Amino acid sequence: MLGYAVRRLAALAATLAVAALVIFLVMEILPGDPAEVMLGLNAQPDTLAALRAQMGLDRPAPERFLTWVAAFLSGDLGISYTYDVPVSDLIAERMVVTLPLALMAILISTAIALPCGVLAARYRGRFADSFIMGVAQLGVAVPNFWFAILLILLFAVTLGWTGAGGFPGFEDGILPALGALLLPSIALALPQAAILARVTRSAVVEVLGEDYIRTARAKGLSGGAVLWRHAVRNALAAPLTIMGLQFSFLLAGTVIIENVFYLPGLGRLIFQAIAQRDLIVVKDVVVLLVALVITVNFIVDLLYAWTDPRLRKAGSDV
Amino acid sequence: MSEPQLLTAVPTRTPFRRRAIRHPGFVLGGAISLLVLLTAILSLFWTPYPVTELNIAAKLRPFSTTYLLGTDHFGRDILSMLMVGAGNSVLVGIVAVGLGVGVGAPLGLLAAMRPGLISEAVMRASDLAFAFPALLTAVMITAIYGPGTVNSIIAIGIFNVPVFARLTRGVSLSIWQMEYVSAARATGVPPLQIALRHMLPNIASPLIVQATIQFALAILAEAGLSYLGLGTQPPQPSWGKMLHEAQTMLYFAPMLAILPGASIAVTVLGLNLLGDGLRDLLDPKLRGGSKRRLSST
Repeated sequence: MLGYAVRRLAALAATLAVAALVIFLVMEILPGDPAEVMLGLNAQPDTLAALRAQMGLDRPAPERFLTWVAAFLSGDLGISYTYDVPVSDLIAERMVVTLPLALMAILISTAIALPCGVLAARYRGRFADSFIMGVAQLGVAVPNFWFAILLILLFAVTLGWTGAGGFPGFEDGILPALGALLLPSIALALPQAAILARVTRSAVVEVLGEDYIRTARAKGLSGGAVLWRHAVRNALAAPLTIMGLQFSFLLAGTVIIENVFYLPGLGRLIFQAIAQRDLIVVKDVVVLLVALVITVNFIVDLLYAWTDPRLRKAGSDV
Repeated sequence: MSEPQLLTAVPTRTPFRRRAIRHPGFVLGGAISLLVLLTAILSLFWTPYPVTELNIAAKLRPFSTTYLLGTDHFGRDILSMLMVGAGNSVLVGIVAVGLGVGVGAPLGLLAAMRPGLISEAVMRASDLAFAFPALLTAVMITAIYGPGTVNSIIAIGIFNVPVFARLTRGVSLSIWQMEYVSAARATGVPPLQIALRHMLPNIASPLIVQATIQFALAILAEAGLSYLGLGTQPPQPSWGKMLHEAQTMLYFAPMLAILPGASIAVTVLGLNLLGDGLRDLLDPKLRGGSKRRLSST
């Protein structure tokens, strides 16, 4: 297990390094002069020169890359051009919204999807199965931002139970803040739950056909015990992997959902940074999000290997 | 006596067409996809009203015989906009999936036929690409090159390349080991010919199924980008853009938000059903009955 973890850790570091290089190439080298991109065509020459100096564009590209990576690792993400504050402060401030939002979405989607998937597998081919899978099929097709708008239409416009968006902040207490994140996290959770339910169902169905399940039944174990203790436990690896993969979609989803509900999170930050052409912020936030995705998938890989010892020996070639 | 009867009872494989029309998901998904495609083609030649023409006097009209699905805040005909939006979505899907298949499938074939360094390089590159969600890639690209349909299609299409490279490599690996491929290699058939004549036809089914699913994902991604204002630019209508404009008018014109969203959802649902149906119909492992009955004789 340790050897496997070390190998995966080396792969993680390499992937992160290459990802950073790709982002650097796309954001700093491809545009030619990023300072010109940020300031537009009508920029004053002295403003342009000042920004070039601030971004260190007078230095050679490899040096800039290494400086950026070193600074990033030490937590110094540079100064936002439009907000004129350290990017790390901006990110920390916005993370307070995005992180609870993503966690709530994961919780909600898991709480819905796992029982539904198991239920559908248990009653395979019957009405409950068809119904749950039909709803899941719809859930995959509905864009989360449209679902979000429909939620606003129902709960804010028609029923008047909640506001149509915005975020009160955590200063006035945790409950109102989490309340403001409830509809957005439901909107984010829907497509995730639909996919997760389908994967859970097929994983449980597959396990239910195994010999040891028949043995457990033959021993006289009750249906519930067989299902939960033997089948579900062994079927969890597949949904776990999917949850890891979904994390990247979830982060991407927050970019849209935060804009639907006007939540001051990372997604809205990156969106505003694009509108203002603040490439410094865009670059740092993208790196951070990509690093998060890679790290989460790394953790999932480890968990996966931990639950299934056969994978530790197998090559990384899947 | 029973012997010849058994022999005649051996069913030949049910023709694809007959199995297809008995598959409800395939039929429904196919019908929806066909409808969207025909609407998209029709919108190139004809829409009830010109979509870029503003007519403030006729703004926010309800459903009527003049304006079947009403008008928006600029007095534009919603049905016409939805039709052009369908064309936009289909175009994005075709180009994004075409880019994915066109670049990804050859790379995957190459990786399967040349194990070692090339295979490793292709696989690691696709690992890396998986770490960049399509939307983030698009965000980066639009941040530099500005928003627009072409940039968003490229961003979505790039994301499709590793999907098809991996899939093609995975299914080609087993085909590459088959005896008929070994025979072709032994007789000196050039690799390109082996790839095109012997491998491609055998890996086409999973590619087609995946293409349907990626088509749906591309439509969803483009709608998301357009909603954010990073995709299709006005005055060209797109479903995502229409949703964004409608959000500020939820209180007095909810239909403006419901119709484009429903168009996206129904189209994606249709493509997914079509993809699932194709998988059932094309996957030999799931091809019911005939195999078992044959082996029992």
